[in-house]
Amino acid sequence: MTTGAIDDGLHESGLRAFLRLYATLFRLAIIEQFQYRAANYFYMIGMITEPVIYLVVWSTIADARGGEVGGFTAGTFAAYYIVWTLVRNMNIVFTPFGWEQRIREGQLSSQLVRPLHPIHYDLGFFAGWKVVVIVMWLPLATVLSLIFKPELNPTVAQMGAFFVAIWGAYLIRSLLLWMLGMVTFWTTRVSAAFEVFFAAELLLSGRLVPVRLMPDWAQQVAGVLPFESTFGFPITALVGPISNEELVEGLLTQAFWILFGVAGVSFMWRRAVRNYTAVSG
Amino acid sequence: MTFLRIGVMNELQYRANFFLQIIQSVVAVGTGLIVLALIFSQTDALDGWTRPQLLAVLGVFTMVGGVIGFIIEPNMGRVMADVRQGTFDYVLTKPVDSQLLVSVREFRLWKLTDVIVGAGVVVWAVIVDDAPTGLANVAGFAVSLLAGSLMIYCVWLMLTTGAFWFVRMEMLQELFTGLYRAGQYPVGVYPGWLRAGLTFLIPIGFAVTVPSEAVTGRLTIGRLAVAVGFVLFLMALTRIVWQWGVKNYSGASA
Repeated sequence: MTTGAIDDGLHESGLRAFLRLYATLFRLAIIEQFQYRAANYFYMIGMITEPVIYLVVWSTIADARGGEVGGFTAGTFAAYYIVWTLVRNMNIVFTPFGWEQRIREGQLSSQLVRPLHPIHYDLGFFAGWKVVVIVMWLPLATVLSLIFKPELNPTVAQMGAFFVAIWGAYLIRSLLLWMLGMVTFWTTRVSAAFEVFFAAELLLSGRLVPVRLMPDWAQQVAGVLPFESTFGFPITALVGPISNEELVEGLLTQAFWILFGVAGVSFMWRRAVRNYTAVSG
Repeated sequence: MTFLRIGVMNELQYRANFFLQIIQSVVAVGTGLIVLALIFSQTDALDGWTRPQLLAVLGVFTMVGGVIGFIIEPNMGRVMADVRQGTFDYVLTKPVDSQLLVSVREFRLWKLTDVIVGAGVVVWAVIVDDAPTGLANVAGFAVSLLAGSLMIYCVWLMLTTGAFWFVRMEMLQELFTGLYRAGQYPVGVYPGWLRAGLTFLIPIGFAVTVPSEAVTGRLTIGRLAVAVGFVLFLMALTRIVWQWGVKNYSGASA
């Protein structure tokens, strides 16, 4: 197995075949996941408790302080955490914990002989799942909006940027977690590292609390890490307040992290496959 | 008891998991502490709860989470797996009470780390809290903690009984784990309808808030009596639901 064959696959089969593959994976995921409507709903309701907790806690604090904390009111917190639920769903990608099984059960061996880099199969599949998720999310978002009354008045530019940004977030998180998961090729004792990664992400992405409410030094740390591009930025793009310059800046930052992720994944993948062959050899 | 011994011996084979569990517990409690610091950098009290009191809630939340991970979740997960694979028949043919048997077959010893870490946080909270803590508080804490854990067990088992009819119930675990997060804060914070749900439907309010009230001197005898009465009611109800479920169980393999 040479890695050259994987990289060249894209050029050999042409862009059309490539798009057809994505369309097929997309459709498969939609059909497959619509079968599990009930399961998906259970999962979403369990997931939605998380932002509702944050929302309730921070609204309570805003009310206790006379209606406002760090520029957020109960209404803007509601907007933040309801948009959060969609962004979080966009953020669900192949888990790094799944790599151990992939490697142990030899699922990768069959993927290696396919002409395309295996990440395309994950990207296409999870992107299709997102369609199911968004359709199922709409009624939940409506209910949440009726209960918590969000203040949300995005401009057209904000809506456009948001639409791009959620897919940017999806790509960045897919690539990051792929890199993290691939560490499993070298050692199986990676769960502890994953835990630390997810805790850092929780705190510095805007998932737990808008980054603006963190102490200054934490905001600076968040500024040099990719996490905010996958959570805080897409949410703020829609909820605001944000200027058009900041929108462009945020999208460019996302583009940077996508390039970083692509470079990182291809570098690690090449070395990992060499390692993998040696192990199973 | 035999099951407990086998479970423990099984777990002792995987000592590396113990260190992983310690890291998990520390990361979880650390995150909780950072959140508390963030909250109290903006306010002095959350719905009347001071910082040491919320620290006690975090400790109890971690402890009960440990109990769930130690005994409740693994056993309930096993019932669902058994039903799906048809091996549940073996449970019914054993000459002991089936409800008792399915409740004590699996143990995840390392999850007790959470109980210990959580207990440490509770002790810390009691020390920094000015309220006097006497024997009555400790007794109330012990009773309400036991009652709370039993309530969660009852609700979980009743939901698991649903696996007899709807085979795909794994997502139930996800749902429950998600909802359990709400216990990180006193139920009084939540709006009325949610508070009622978290108290009586999924009794996280009783399981986490009441013991926290006991240890911070906020608990009244009346509320403790309600908790104890409610757990007895739930245990009876669970018994009925379980027996009815077993009677209707038709087997997957036969």
